[in-house]
Amino acid sequence: MNTVVVAQLQRQFQEYLVSLYQQGFLDNQFTELRKLQDEGTPDFVAEVVSLFFDDCSKLINSMSRSLGRPESVDFKQVDSGVHQLKGSSSSVGARRVKNVCISFKECCDVQNREGCLRCLQQVDYEYKMLKTKLEDLFNLEQQILQAGGTIPQININ
Amino acid sequence: MGMAAAEWKFHVLAVDDSLVDRKLIERLLQKSSCQVTTVDSGYKALEFLGLRQGIESNDPTALSTSPQEVEVNLIITDYCMPGMTGYDLLKKLKESSVFKNIPVVIMSSENVPARISRCLEEGAEEFFLKPVRLADLNKLKPHMMRTKLKNQKLEEIENGTEAVEPEIKGSEDMGIKILPLQSELEPKQVHLQVVKQEEETLSNNKRKSMEEGLSTDRPLPRLEGGIATAV
Repeated sequence: MNTVVVAQLQRQFQEYLVSLYQQGFLDNQFTELRKLQDEGTPDFVAEVVSLFFDDCSKLINSMSRSLGRPESVDFKQVDSGVHQLKGSSSSVGARRVKNVCISFKECCDVQNREGCLRCLQQVDYEYKMLKTKLEDLFNLEQQILQAGGTIPQININ
Repeated sequence: MGMAAAEWKFHVLAVDDSLVDRKLIERLLQKSSCQVTTVDSGYKALEFLGLRQGIESNDPTALSTSPQEVEVNLIITDYCMPGMTGYDLLKKLKESSVFKNIPVVIMSSENVPARISRCLEEGAEEFFLKPVRLADLNKLKPHMMRTKLKNQKLEEIENGTEAVEPEIKGSEDMGIKILPLQSELEPKQVHLQVVKQEEETLSNNKRKSMEEGLSTDRPLPRLEGGIATAV
C-alpha cells in the first residue's frame, strides 16, 4: 500500500465531502447515513441514495404528467408527489432538493401551475446535480479502498 | 419453542410506504441490535401480525391468527400512508385484545402538535419526528428491556428453569447495567442502560420469583471475550 497515495486520496475525499456540505448540497442527515454504514454494510449509503434518485425520477415524471395540461391539473397528485419527495430528500440529507420541495409545496397549495412547473424543473436539476456529485464522491471512496486505505469518518460541524 | 438466539433479540415491525425510509429505519434498528421486519402498509402490518378482520375473509368478525416464529416486540410506523394511516393502524392494534400491549411508535415528517397528542392519547408510546436518528432509538431501550424481561420470566415459568437475575443496587444508583444471557450474546452489543422505572419492574420480578421459590441471588455470568462489567 502506498501510504502517500492513500493519504492524498483521503485528503481529496475529505475536502470534497466538506465542500458538498459547505455548498449546501448535503446536510447533517447525510452524516447520520454515513454513521449507519460499517464493514458489514459497506454499500449502505450508496444503496439508499440510489433508491432516492430512482424515487426522484419516478415522482418527477408523474408530477410532470399531472401538470401537463393547464386545463386539468391534478394538484392533489402533485402535492402527494412533492410530499414524498420532500420526505425522502430529508431522509438522505439532500438539502437543496428538500428546499426546492418547500417552495414547490407552496406553489401547489395556491394552485400556481407556472410556479409548480418552475419548481419541477428546479428539483429535476438539483437531484441530477447531486447525483453527479455523489458519484464523484463514491468514486473517490473506491479509489481509497483500491489503494488499500480506509474511508475517513469525518465530523462536519 | 426452541432456544434460538434470534428469539431473544428484540423484534421490531417497521411500517412505511416510502422505500427510502424503510431502508433507513431497517438499518437504524439493525444498528440498535434489533431484528427487523419491514412492510409497506398498515394492511400488510396487520397481515404479518396475523390479525385479519374480514379484510379478505367472508366472515367480518373472523379473527385469524397465523403462527409466528418470532413475536413482535414493538411496532414503529409512519403516520402519513395511503389507505390506512399510522393512526388508523394504531387504533386497530389498541382495539385488539391480542396486540394492544405491543408498544407502538409513530413517525412523521410533520411537526403537528395536534397530531402528536392524538397519537399519544390513542396509546402510542413515542412520537418521532423524521428523519429518525440513532439517538431517537435509544428511547426505545426501556420498552425493549421491559418486554425482554417479561418474556424471559414467562419462559422460565413455563420451563421451570431458574432465573439469572441482575443484582439490584441501592436507590441512589439510577442506572442498572443488565447483561444479556450467554445465548443472546452479540459481538457488539452488551450494555443496556435502564431507567429508574425499570428498577421497579425488576423488583417486582424479583419478588414474584421469590414467591415462586426461584432463586434470585445469582452472580452475574462472566461473559466470553473478556467483556467485563462491574455491577
